[in-house]
Amino acid sequence: MIEILDGLKEAFRLVLGFDEELLEISLRSLRVTLSALLIASIIAIPLGTYLAVQRFRYRRIVISMINALMGLPPVVVGLVVYIMLSRSGPFGVLNLLFTPTAMIIAQVIIITPVIASIAHQSMRELWAEYHDLLISLNTTKRQRILTLIYDGRRNLLTAALAGFGRAIGEVGAIMIVGGNIDHVTRVLTTAIALETGKGDFALALGLGFVLIGLAIFVNIAIHTLSRTEREGLW
Amino acid sequence: MSAQFPLTLNNVLVRRQGKTVLGPVDHVLNAKGATIIIGPNGSGKTTLLRVMHGIERTTGGQVTWAQDDPAKHAFVFQTPIVMRRSVAKNLAYPLELLRVSKDEIAASVDHWLARIGLERSRNSPATRLSGGERQKLAIARALIRQPDVLFLDEPCASLDGHATREIEHLLKEVACAGTRLVMATHDMGQARRLANDLVFLLDGKIHETGSADALFAAPATAELAAFLRGDIVT
Repeated sequence: MIEILDGLKEAFRLVLGFDEELLEISLRSLRVTLSALLIASIIAIPLGTYLAVQRFRYRRIVISMINALMGLPPVVVGLVVYIMLSRSGPFGVLNLLFTPTAMIIAQVIIITPVIASIAHQSMRELWAEYHDLLISLNTTKRQRILTLIYDGRRNLLTAALAGFGRAIGEVGAIMIVGGNIDHVTRVLTTAIALETGKGDFALALGLGFVLIGLAIFVNIAIHTLSRTEREGLW
Repeated sequence: MSAQFPLTLNNVLVRRQGKTVLGPVDHVLNAKGATIIIGPNGSGKTTLLRVMHGIERTTGGQVTWAQDDPAKHAFVFQTPIVMRRSVAKNLAYPLELLRVSKDEIAASVDHWLARIGLERSRNSPATRLSGGERQKLAIARALIRQPDVLFLDEPCASLDGHATREIEHLLKEVACAGTRLVMATHDMGQARRLANDLVFLLDGKIHETGSADALFAAPATAELAAFLRGDIVT
C-alpha cells in the first residue's frame, strides 16, 4: 500500500514538475501507438466490414482465424518481427530494427486482428439491419461497405479504442523490436519494465499511473471529438 | 407511360428448404393503377413482392420487365428500415447513390420533408421517430428517386388509424401522379380504398385476380368470398 501511495506521489511529481524525460517518452508512446492504430484501422475496418457483407467459400475459416489472432502473444510477434528486420532477415536492408517504425510494425500486427474482429461483429449486426434496404436500392458492394462504415462509425470507434488500449499497454513485442533505447525507442511501458527491474517501484508505479491517465485522456478526447454521447441513439 | 412495363411473371417458382413458398405464378402487371395483393399469412404475398422487385431469387420461371431499370422501382418494407443518420440524410441517401448533384439533393430533401411533415425533425436521428413517422420516411425515401413502380409490403401493419390515413393519403397522391403501386395488405378496408386490381394469393398460388370493384362485388371463388367476409381461409 505504501508503494502505491509513493507511486501516486511520484506520478504527481513527474507530471507537475513537467519532467522532460517523461514528456519525451509519453509523446513517443502516443506517436507509436496512434500511428499503429491509424494503420491498423485502415486495414482492419474495411476488412471486418467486407467479411460482414461478402459471402465466400472460406469466410468462416478466415473469421475464425482473425478471432484466434486476437490472442496473438506479443512476445511471439516481437520475435518474428525481430527476425524479419534483423540484418540476416529478409527486411534487414531497411535498417528498421530498434527504431520506432519497428515498434509500429509490431503493434500493427498485434492490434489489427483485435480491431477487425470487433469491427466485423458490429458490422455484421448492422448489415443484418440494413441488408434488405441496401439490396433493394441496388447498391454496389463498395457502396454497401462505405455505408456500413459511415453509419457504424461509432461502433467502429469502440473497435479502434480497443486496439488503442491493447497497443498503449503493450510491452513484450516493442521491447524486443525497439530495444528500449533511451531517447530513441523508450516508451512508457518499456520504461516501467526497466524501473521495475532496477527496483525503483515508486518511479515504475508513477509511470504506470501516467500511462493510465494518458489512456483515459485519449479515450475521452476521441469520444468528445466524435460526439459519441451527443447524438443520441447512434 | 413507363417503358418498364409490362412486368411479366412466367411460371415463377420459389422453393425454400424443399418447400414451395410461391408458385407456379403467371401474371402480367401493366403500367397503371394500384394492385393490392391479399391473402392469409404464409400465402406468399411478401415473396411475390420481393420476386417482382428482384430481391428474392426464384427457383424457376422468369420475371421480365419490358425494359428493366432497377433505379426506377422501389420497395417499402413492413418494418421500416431507418438508417442510423439524420432524417434528412436518410432521404438524401438514394440520391447520393445515383451521384445526383448536392443542390438537387437538397431541393428534393426539402420537398419530401415538407410533404411528409417532418421538417422539424430534419436533423434529428431517424431512429428517434415514431413508428408512423418512420414508415412515412421510408416511403418518402423510396419515392425520392421518382420510381415508376413502388412495391409496399404491408406498410401500415403496425400503425394506428391516424398514421395509416396519412400514409394512404400520400400513396393516393403518388398513384395519381403516375407511380404504379403494388402493395400487400391484410387490411381489407385499405384494399377497398386503394385497389384498382386485386390479386388473391392462397398457398403460394394466385387463386383469383381481377379488378377490385368486380372482385369485391362478386368474388368468383368460395375461398375469396370467405376471405373477404373475414373467415379463416387455409
